Amino acid sequence: MTIASTTQLICFVVLAATLVLGSLGVVLLPNIVYSAFLLGGVFLSVAGLYLMLNASFVAAAQVLVYVGAVNVLILFAIMLVNKKENLEAIPGLALRRVLSGAVCAGLFALLIRVAFVTPWPLPGPEPVGEDATIRIGEHLFSDYLLPFELASVLLLIAMIGAIVLARRDVISSDIATGDPVDQGLIEKERTPLLLDRTPR
Amino acid sequence: MDSNISSTIPLEAYLALAAVLFCTGVWGLINSRNAVRVLMSIELMLNAVNINLMAFSNYLDGQLIRGQVFTIFVITVAAAEAAVGLAILLSLYRNRETVDMERFNLLRW
Repeated sequence: MTIASTTQLICFVVLAATLVLGSLGVVLLPNIVYSAFLLGGVFLSVAGLYLMLNASFVAAAQVLVYVGAVNVLILFAIMLVNKKENLEAIPGLALRRVLSGAVCAGLFALLIRVAFVTPWPLPGPEPVGEDATIRIGEHLFSDYLLPFELASVLLLIAMIGAIVLARRDVISSDIATGDPVDQGLIEKERTPLLLDRTPR
Repeated sequence: MDSNISSTIPLEAYLALAAVLFCTGVWGLINSRNAVRVLMSIELMLNAVNINLMAFSNYLDGQLIRGQVFTIFVITVAAAEAAVGLAILLSLYRNRETVDMERFNLLRW
């Protein structure tokens, strides 16, 4: 066993442990702020795995997009909606958790079986290594040109949709009577359909 | 690029790791009561799929790295999904004053 392979094995074990423990923490921790920061750790360890898989460009994209954008977005959302609320108990919650845990364990067993039983055609062709970025650029501008352009349209649609969904509608006068109205009244009183109708 | 370096860790290790991450994400998606945590679970599942794509791209498709291109597209779609999902969440929170998934039941039979 050479030094290179030992180093690689150590890196893989550390990254895998961080990934598994971090994802369990994301799902199980009661404080959602800790979950969000652990999610950043999970994204970073996934980027480390990409580096081990000879993909430096995708690792950089992972850090920029996931850690830099998605995780920060999630943290901002937590800051905007983080109100202490006591969730009322639901009958059969423990049973539901156990049942869904059993379903997930079955799915996990299925995936593991597929991964270990399938005869993968190994070893495959030689990895391109440092030329990966060049290959990705060639792919994006030749045979994957249409999905690339569609992705830009999708991002534009998502941006406009997010702005439209998240902004507050500014209505300065009541549509029915013409009186100037209060924004708080619009959101609380004049949308009775969306308010909570469950008996308390 | 030395060929025996990348074969120290078997392909199945990456697939098993991605399976763990995916199942954790599915469990969190079903059982979370906070809507933000549901979105985080979806991100975990997308990352598991990305690990699979990257592992196959490196081990079985080393010359034409199509898995990496697919991963970039998945990252793009995940960014768009996160933005729209959190905007929907903010809109919901403004109307219902809660992030409890059990109380978003206006359209549930």
